[in-house]
Amino acid sequence: MRSDYLKGMYHGLPIGLGYLSVSFGFGITAVNAGLSVLEAVGISLTNLTSAGQVAGVAIIAAAGTLIEMIITQLVINIRYSLMAISLSQKVDGSFNTLQRLLVSFGITDEIYAVAIAQPNKISATYMKGLILTPMIGWVCGTLLGAVAGNLLPQMLTATMGIMLYGMFIAIILPPAKKQHSIILAIGLAVAINTLLYYCLPMINSGFAVVISALLSSVVTALFFPVKEGE
Amino acid sequence: MMSVIIYIAVMAGVTYLVRMLPFTLFRKQIKSQFIRSVLYYLPYAVLAAMTFPGIFYSTGNTVTAAVGTLVALVLAYFDLPLIVVAIAAALSAFGVGFLV
Repeated sequence: MRSDYLKGMYHGLPIGLGYLSVSFGFGITAVNAGLSVLEAVGISLTNLTSAGQVAGVAIIAAAGTLIEMIITQLVINIRYSLMAISLSQKVDGSFNTLQRLLVSFGITDEIYAVAIAQPNKISATYMKGLILTPMIGWVCGTLLGAVAGNLLPQMLTATMGIMLYGMFIAIILPPAKKQHSIILAIGLAVAINTLLYYCLPMINSGFAVVISALLSSVVTALFFPVKEGE
Repeated sequence: MMSVIIYIAVMAGVTYLVRMLPFTLFRKQIKSQFIRSVLYYLPYAVLAAMTFPGIFYSTGNTVTAAVGTLVALVLAYFDLPLIVVAIAAALSAFGVGFLV
């Protein structure tokens, strides 16, 4: 039991370090958008997701509607549903309903990737450890970024806003090299979103992302359906 | 102006439900190949649309942002870790900021 927990924490360490720097950028972004340090940390503590938080902060800053917030979070984070389904078939007998309720909170791209790559079934204890270290990194990084955002020179904090975007590129580019249909999905999404951004600027940027991503995924799925086991 | 707390609560609630409901309720795989395919491509499309063109306005200067973007693209192409790509993009944008 205990060794499973430590093993999870250890596997989560590189994720936590990565999150520390990326959430530092989020903390700065949030404070720059007009949120307080407490609000920025509160978002990271209760959401534990990068893309959704950035989009959420944009909606808060633009005083968008709650419907906009719900649909945006739903579409941006719907990938977690797929990971959750996939992960639910990887867990061992130690997962009762309570464990599922707890562990599901910590399903992120990176945590999912590490968990699913384990050779055997995974225990609830392991998952809790695997979630803990990244969560500490995510929350501490947000706190540091939100606080230091007011202390560091403006020129430095401004350039750190690019960090989250850099991480997004690092997530999507390597798989795109191996599977060319992903390049189509990426290219279409970028083209549609750029078009919306410049031609229909009245559309909220978070919402534009949702429209672009859905259109692109549907078109790519029609042309290149994914076969079993991919 | 609505209270930020309400926004955060809604945000957190939706994000949790999206993870919790399938993990707690679903035990079987989705049958439809089309839906599975859409869900497969969705994360890439979401992240791509979030990044472009937003990344070019992420530093407050289009030139430094473009340099940071280029550095991120090259390093990501060579499979460098997320943290390295993220930090290198910021550092290069910061460095170029002294020149422009």
